[in-house]
Amino acid sequence: MTKKGELQRKMKELIDKYTDKLVSQGLASGSEILFLAIDEEIYSNTHSDLQFISLQALKEVFGLMNINSLLFAVPEEPRRSIIRALLRHGLSELPDYRAIVPEDCETRTFFHDIPVIASPEPQKIAHILSERKSAVVETGTAIVSYGTISPEQAFISYSSACFSTFVKYFHDHLMYLETCKKNDLKPDRERIDGFDRIKAFLYPQQAGLEDTGSLHPLLQGPPEDEDKVYSMMVEAGKRLVTERLVDSFFGNISCSFNGKIYISETAASLDELEGCIDAVPVDGSSSVGITSSSEFATHRAIYRSTPFRFILHGHPKFSVIMSMHCLKECPLRGECYKACPEKRYVCGVPVVPGEVGTGPTGMVRTVPKAFMESDAAIVYGHGIFTAGGEDFNRPFQRMKKIEENCEKEYFRIVDGLIQEISAC
Amino acid sequence: MTGYTGKSIRIDLSEGVWDIFETPPELCEKFIGGRGFGVALIREHITKPFDSEEMPIIFASGPLVGTSAPTSGRLSVVSRSPLTSTVFDSSVGGRFATELKRAGFDMLIVSGLSGEWVTIDIQDNNISIKDARPLHGRNVEETATILGDDGSTAIIGRAGERGVRFASIVFDGHYVAGRGGLGAVMGAKRLKAIKIRGTGEVKVADPVALKKAREEIMRLLRASPAVFGEFGLSEFGTAALVDLIHARRMEPTENFRKSVFPQSGQYSGYSMKTAYHTRKKGCRGCPILCKKVGRAGEIMPEFETVSHFGALNGNSDLHSIVEANRLCNDYGLDTITAASTIACYSEFSGRRLSPEELLRHVVLIGERQGIGDALSEGSRRFAESEGVPELSMTVKGLELPAYDPRGAYGMALAYVTSNRGGCHLRAYPISYEILRKPVAVDRFSFEGKARMVKISEDINTVIDSLTACKFVFFAASLEEYAKAVNAVTAREYDVQSLVRAGERTWLLERHLNTLNGFSRKDDNLPERFFREAGYSDGNVTIPPIRRKDFDDALDRYYRIRGYDKEGRVTEEDERTD
Repeated sequence: MTKKGELQRKMKELIDKYTDKLVSQGLASGSEILFLAIDEEIYSNTHSDLQFISLQALKEVFGLMNINSLLFAVPEEPRRSIIRALLRHGLSELPDYRAIVPEDCETRTFFHDIPVIASPEPQKIAHILSERKSAVVETGTAIVSYGTISPEQAFISYSSACFSTFVKYFHDHLMYLETCKKNDLKPDRERIDGFDRIKAFLYPQQAGLEDTGSLHPLLQGPPEDEDKVYSMMVEAGKRLVTERLVDSFFGNISCSFNGKIYISETAASLDELEGCIDAVPVDGSSSVGITSSSEFATHRAIYRSTPFRFILHGHPKFSVIMSMHCLKECPLRGECYKACPEKRYVCGVPVVPGEVGTGPTGMVRTVPKAFMESDAAIVYGHGIFTAGGEDFNRPFQRMKKIEENCEKEYFRIVDGLIQEISAC
Repeated sequence: MTGYTGKSIRIDLSEGVWDIFETPPELCEKFIGGRGFGVALIREHITKPFDSEEMPIIFASGPLVGTSAPTSGRLSVVSRSPLTSTVFDSSVGGRFATELKRAGFDMLIVSGLSGEWVTIDIQDNNISIKDARPLHGRNVEETATILGDDGSTAIIGRAGERGVRFASIVFDGHYVAGRGGLGAVMGAKRLKAIKIRGTGEVKVADPVALKKAREEIMRLLRASPAVFGEFGLSEFGTAALVDLIHARRMEPTENFRKSVFPQSGQYSGYSMKTAYHTRKKGCRGCPILCKKVGRAGEIMPEFETVSHFGALNGNSDLHSIVEANRLCNDYGLDTITAASTIACYSEFSGRRLSPEELLRHVVLIGERQGIGDALSEGSRRFAESEGVPELSMTVKGLELPAYDPRGAYGMALAYVTSNRGGCHLRAYPISYEILRKPVAVDRFSFEGKARMVKISEDINTVIDSLTACKFVFFAASLEEYAKAVNAVTAREYDVQSLVRAGERTWLLERHLNTLNGFSRKDDNLPERFFREAGYSDGNVTIPPIRRKDFDDALDRYYRIRGYDKEGRVTEEDERTD
């Protein structure tokens, strides 16, 4: 094969890899994805049923931006309907800038907001992506994102936009109903109907999932050697992704074994952990962990203060949504994610504030304390940590159960609110 | 015009005169500041020798200097390099840029050659050229003590006075404008030091928007393992990289004959912290505080310095490395080139130098005595003069830093495409090939690297023009900095317009090098990297780079850049305007 042919093959492999991930994670259907990457020439997937955007128009964006890749896709349901609903009711609008402002903590940290453009002209796409990593396109209800180094960045930005719009929609709807109840307002019929339609998309998907108990168990512990540790982590990481307890590359996983903490590397996809696990000496005698997850300090603090030896950190959506459900009048409203002073629980699991990383309001200062009383903790607007002593089975089952409980609790509250409001 | 003072100083040391001129608004818009300013203004002089009367040395601040934008107090120093003969910029921290802005100036441009040794003294609008004969012959520490610590200083040591081709300029005692020998440019002008103090304020167009941008950047910094993580730069300084680069088996050892040094743990970030009980220090306004200072005030060496005075010279003695760093700072010597030139000499002479001999050779270079006189020319000139040019581990005459190119192919490509010679910071592919930021890529492949390197070069060029610190971009991006610079200047930059400004400066640099005869023949790695393996065990192999893959990647890079086949940018290329 010629050099050019080989390069084309490698680029195509990358595009195919992330196109497959979009499909397998339910983020888009294969026929509604346009994925382009450029080195010397532009390469793209060739099959797309999208009628309102041409491959040529997207190619023009490369002439306007100094980038490596471009992803344009229509999210799979219910995400498409969610974005449509947010375009109607969930926009933050300035005179010349409309955006969806995520409610979850991590997406806000890394992506700030998701701007909206009306239609997918190359100039408009280039302009808006010069300000943010991804954008919503009203025509066709699409998401467009880009990478400067690798197509993986475009995938991550797209996936994060899907996650944050999901969380925002369901949280917004809950708070809308709470406001209606508080103020004796009749809710907008259109919003209620729209919610029911979205819920209907959700439940067939849920019904297809196996119960926690019927899933094939993860590798049994305790591990006898380092190789077993790696195998256990790789397997558990994959399970978190297939069970949709984490999106894209967010989330992390660790094991404490023989004086070292084995932890997923920063920006590692949990379903591809082979070769992406750092072995960090507990005594801090090596800084090789500089590439480890940004939550390393939190993992280490949990190991130091508890008998747990296995930790999972995921971002299950309804746990994140429920962690933000608080009606208390509070002077710190708006800073709940980092300064909530209340001792709160959701479905019996402690909820703590904490930002990503090790800063003064970092979760390293809150999560380990929660583990003094529990084997799980939800970080406000962020995700769940669960821990176990022998292997990843218990923390995985715990996380899945917490998410199921949060989802049930969410719809129980919503149904109750609608009944109450309707009765008024 | 907020973000800029709108005024700059031009001093002619031949005549002993100065004038204050308007900072051209078009320059601000197109070249942003810092490196961009310097490269644009040196254009008409670049074919002159570095020690000619016409050759200026430019000290340029950026629009964010003096504001609360994180890590933005840096300065660019630009001239023509005595070591590489390329256009050369050096980004340096400390307080100088802030004092310059507070004194009311965006830039200080010094040209001409003084008859006697002088210092330049600036206190707000009061500018004077002073007799520096009493300072002549003194090294940096002694000179700094005499000049006092009010305001900021830029000083050359004896190395700069004596024309060592890799002499540095030392700011505020220990922030170094290094690599290309800009200290020798000051020395050629008989300019011993500059002292500057300012009392003014830097105006910001929209303080509320700047506060918001700052908060976004700070959140990202706190979330970054490479910056504020347990093992990050804030904790261990850049020496945090010692263990990682060792683990990746790409640690230049014994003049790049090998790529792993088993004893490197003896000078790791952890070892330094433990042995010297270090505390944090940093540039003005920086939250990262990557500089580490020992309990007795010892300045801890950076990663490149420990690795090159360590592995590259087969030396595991931490204290000798710290002392070598102190000597280099005091003489005003670039540590990478000093260590690499000694390693070249060591291979040439066929014996490893003891820690004591290493230190003695640093002094000999600074004094230009004995063998030090030949070594003060840098490894390329030394190796050529001895008939062994293949022993010089340089690109365009600049010694390679502490990332073996056989262990990261984007880095290999970026070493040769760099406009100032073998430098890691022009594109810093280590960020994605090793540190996994913003995402991880295959370090043993050239596929896709041509465009990655090109984009990274443009981004890093504008970062130098904003005079921001590259470390902050392990966490934040131009997306956040565009907001900050817009808040300060009331302009409407976005990521792409900033990147285009970076590209403009980059292409102009390339054009200036073309004018001085640089072309494809200079974009090459030492032959060793194509012939010899670095390391091999059951898990990791660092083989030689395949020449054809490398050449193909360079061809692709040229086409993506729009260079001609010889790698040249011509006068007619409008992209440089």
